[in-house]
Amino acid sequence: MSIFNTLSQWTVPMLFAVILIAGAVRKVKVYDAFVAGAEEGFTIAVKLIPYLVAMLVAIGIFRETGAMDMVMNAISPLTNFLGIPGEILPLAVMRPLSGSGALGVATELIQTHGPDSFVGRLASIMQGTTDTTFFVLTIYFGAVGVRQYRYSLFTGLLADVTSFLASVYFCRLFFG
Amino acid sequence: MNVIWLFFLLGGIGIAASHGDIQKVTDGALKGAEMAVEVALGLIGAMSLWLGIMRIAQEAGLIRVVARLARPFMERLFPSIPANHPALGHILMNLSANVLGLGSAATPFGMKAMQAMQELNRNRPEASAAMCTFLAMNTSCITIVPATIISVRVAANSGNPTEIVVPTILATTVGMSVAVTADWLLRTYFQRRRG
Repeated sequence: MSIFNTLSQWTVPMLFAVILIAGAVRKVKVYDAFVAGAEEGFTIAVKLIPYLVAMLVAIGIFRETGAMDMVMNAISPLTNFLGIPGEILPLAVMRPLSGSGALGVATELIQTHGPDSFVGRLASIMQGTTDTTFFVLTIYFGAVGVRQYRYSLFTGLLADVTSFLASVYFCRLFFG
Repeated sequence: MNVIWLFFLLGGIGIAASHGDIQKVTDGALKGAEMAVEVALGLIGAMSLWLGIMRIAQEAGLIRVVARLARPFMERLFPSIPANHPALGHILMNLSANVLGLGSAATPFGMKAMQAMQELNRNRPEASAAMCTFLAMNTSCITIVPATIISVRVAANSGNPTEIVVPTILATTVGMSVAVTADWLLRTYFQRRRG
């Protein structure tokens, strides 16, 4: 843990230092360059708004109205058949849709079942293996104005499902 | 994407109507819209910081150096991106930030990567093969230090908060392999069909 901690504390400052030194050596006007680059931050963020509104409104309606619960009920016979604890299902469905939502569900699972219970461990592993695929695709494609995602949503969701099943498998392997 | 979007919206409206609480549609929609703006504005600070730093790196020639280092394995994954193109440097920076769990840096690096790939894509509204590969890797990427969840476990008094790191890395490796393989198969299939 302490190695991890030190590592993550040092990465950002070291990165800053390396880039600034390289800039100084190559005689870059570092301040001018920084400001010119930072200017883009605002433009990109504002450009994302319509795409994010479209996506988060759809997810918001889907979640609030209970449609998401119905999807979960529909999947639960399958996961029961595979011997996956039902408590974990809300996290699995929430994960690709909403990062903050999934973290909320995972935190609640860890607190109610205990961090060292099977469900608690599985929730922890899943949180690290799967990603908010919808969110990532929305902002990455949104930033450059791409509206046809082609097969990338399929690959992203396939990765989530695989990672979910692999999490169950490895959790059982490591913690029985 | 249009089909999925319609499914989310109409599915939600239909179910709310059948449950008799149609008000929830409006609540959900407004909540989502507000959150979208919050998320977007919340990105500005970190985004500006990292894009500023990245510009220094770019002018110092560091991105090209990174792109050159990445070439051996990037060539196979991104055959459509010319060798030594800055896009490869940005992609590698984004994936490294993801691996290290630097969420605030990963997004701006990813935006730069997407911009560079969109230039190669001649600004079409349709995703290029390189973008699909990049996102397949990005969404399934390994994180060595899942810092957020470890702190949640610490807060819940876990006996061993970091015991989940190894199974997490193993499970992600499986997920990433499947994603990259699926992407490769789909890319080859669509290229053949287009001739």
